[in-house]
Amino acid sequence: MDFSLDDEQTALRDAVRGLLKGFDNEQRRAATSEDPGFSQEQWGRLAEMGLLGLPYSEDDGGMGAGPVELAVVAEELGRVNAPEPYVDTVVLAGGLVAALGTAEQKSEVLGAISSGEKVVAAALLEPGSRWDLAGEGVVEKDGRLTGVKEPVVAGGRADLLVVSATTDGGPALFLVTPGEGVETSSYATFDGGRAARVTLDGAPATRLGDGSVDTLAALERVVAAAKITYCHEALGLMESALRLTTDYLTTRKQFGMTLNRFQALTFRAADMYTSLELSRSIVTWATMVLADHGSTPQQVSDAARRAKLQVSKAGRHVGQEAIQLHGGIGMTAEYAVGHMTSRLTAIDHLLGDGREQTKHLLATLTDHEVVEPVG
Amino acid sequence: MQLALTEEETAFREEMRTFFTTKIPQELRDTIASGRHVGKEGIVTAQRIMNEAGYAVPNWPVEWGGQDWTPMQRHIWHEEMQLASVPPPLAFNASMIGPVIAHFGSEEMKAKFLPATANLDIWWCQGFSEPNAGSDLASLTTKAVRDGDDWVINGQKTWTTLGQHADWIFCLCRTDPEVKKQAGISMILIPMDTEGVTLRPIELIDGGFEVNEVFFEDVRVPGENLVGEENQGWTMAKFLLGNERVGVAPVAQTKRRLATLKQVAADRGLLDDVLLSAKIVELENELLALELTALRVVAHSADGKPHPASSVLKLKGTELQQAVTELFVDVAGPLALASGADKDSDVPDWARVTAPDYLNYRKASIYGGSNEIQRQIIAGTILGL
Repeated sequence: MDFSLDDEQTALRDAVRGLLKGFDNEQRRAATSEDPGFSQEQWGRLAEMGLLGLPYSEDDGGMGAGPVELAVVAEELGRVNAPEPYVDTVVLAGGLVAALGTAEQKSEVLGAISSGEKVVAAALLEPGSRWDLAGEGVVEKDGRLTGVKEPVVAGGRADLLVVSATTDGGPALFLVTPGEGVETSSYATFDGGRAARVTLDGAPATRLGDGSVDTLAALERVVAAAKITYCHEALGLMESALRLTTDYLTTRKQFGMTLNRFQALTFRAADMYTSLELSRSIVTWATMVLADHGSTPQQVSDAARRAKLQVSKAGRHVGQEAIQLHGGIGMTAEYAVGHMTSRLTAIDHLLGDGREQTKHLLATLTDHEVVEPVG
Repeated sequence: MQLALTEEETAFREEMRTFFTTKIPQELRDTIASGRHVGKEGIVTAQRIMNEAGYAVPNWPVEWGGQDWTPMQRHIWHEEMQLASVPPPLAFNASMIGPVIAHFGSEEMKAKFLPATANLDIWWCQGFSEPNAGSDLASLTTKAVRDGDDWVINGQKTWTTLGQHADWIFCLCRTDPEVKKQAGISMILIPMDTEGVTLRPIELIDGGFEVNEVFFEDVRVPGENLVGEENQGWTMAKFLLGNERVGVAPVAQTKRRLATLKQVAADRGLLDDVLLSAKIVELENELLALELTALRVVAHSADGKPHPASSVLKLKGTELQQAVTELFVDVAGPLALASGADKDSDVPDWARVTAPDYLNYRKASIYGGSNEIQRQIIAGTILGL
């Protein structure tokens, strides 16, 4: 068992860190203050470095990298709380195309994501669907989709949508280009991003793939990969929130001394560290499970749920305490730490919160005597 | 990154699993599995079987019975031992004084003590804490004074675990009161049957007797009983506590207890209670995170330095250990009250031990550096606060 990055992965981490160097809360606020809620220039730089095509095969215009490389990038993006919809586009929407698409679809769509030419959004949620992503409320008839998808992350900016819908033959995924039969209304989300209501009214749609791949199985696996990558983004966020907090405790003075003289505060910071490190262990493990070719779909799905459950709890703990230990300044938009808590809250509720993961894990409780990290 | 164990590690795990489940008497393992104590005889029996196979003191130097294992092998050894409910080698011998003597002692001292310590022919106990030196251990006042070649010791130790079984005590004594408190401490070995040594048991809240007070009144031992050099005791204490921390997250033991809890809850139809099953799911997940943290620490401790995350292990490990004992009482419900019932009782054995076990394990977050000390270490050493 080896938890460390190899030389190439370390070089990738350093390169991404270098690329994002200097990206601060002021720039973040500027980028998120207007549509599309992120910096197109930064998106372009991610494309130039090959990061937008990281997981796709080289034939499809990608880099052919694995989950560990994605984890490295997501963690660095989280560390500076970059608002770019990386996981949403590259891992989730693009991941669905990679898993289900025909050779032609993959080449076209993944190539366009990789080059930064197109932002692709996954339109899976519906107002009444809660965590169900299979698309019960959108119906396909004669190659056209009707129904409402909301909230769709980056839906307003998207050049292409991957939409889940119900067909006569069961659930399926479709590619939809905003235009005819598609009405999009975008709004800001509490974490600085953008989401949209996408109303489909007989929108022309191309079925993703040729039906040879099981849609729900592919969806489950891609969603698991996206969950794990979100968890890495959360690790970066928690690490930064903790560092900002400890910096603050060692510099802010009250009662004539710096705050780190108060044990009531330093102990709480120690508990934040504990939450972070336990999360790091389980999230890194989930990435290894995902990357291991011997893992079954069930193992991958469970590992993602376990990571997400831990991060749900840790994200709340670290986010809440980071604000509290800062005091009033932590509440302000001018200061970075509150935005990190906002983003952690959003990640918690994307693709299922801790309670939802627990619910699924409950169903498997008696399948095992003990949980073993290695088969 | 690599998920799987290597082929060698997998084979090693199999070897350990086979050894622990076939060579250690089933009766002992059943007793441990049910949350009962095996007593002195059981501990001695298990340690001697392990010692004969070379598995009692793998962390010692090879020439004194240790094994040239990787950190991962040591981890597997420890995990498999706990999973098989084997009474572990006596910590005072295997993890504490043994490594100290092997590292700091003279050749004569090593030859005299190490083989007997490994084989549990000598039962050691620990003379560290005092009534006024708990978390602030360095302020200890038990005094050792030179008299000719001898040491004469006066003072009092407390929380001496299983001192009632002990043949010898390794004692931190103040040998120089004039210098900074850490600089005037020495480690001295004292036979428990020396004149002037008095042991008084302390009854604990579960009704058990596992800790003691030890009084020293003009206790005289030969000068050769000093370990290493005079006033080097604090270095040894830190060395020893560093070793202690390696085994301080009883992951596999807690996993095993939680598995038993799940089984008895299932047998009684209690898993339909979503509040209870959700709690079990959460504990399983936290234990997984802890185990993986332990594996991270192991994987990155090859250079001998402890990984920064290792202080998390004691803190979280004992919290989870306690959480499982707490949940066990909940599963037992009113049956927990029957702690004093005898064999005629209809209350099953597992339920009878739950409340004493819960009360007993409140100790876990206090000993080995209380969890507040661990938070202090994390805040100070890791976070720079």
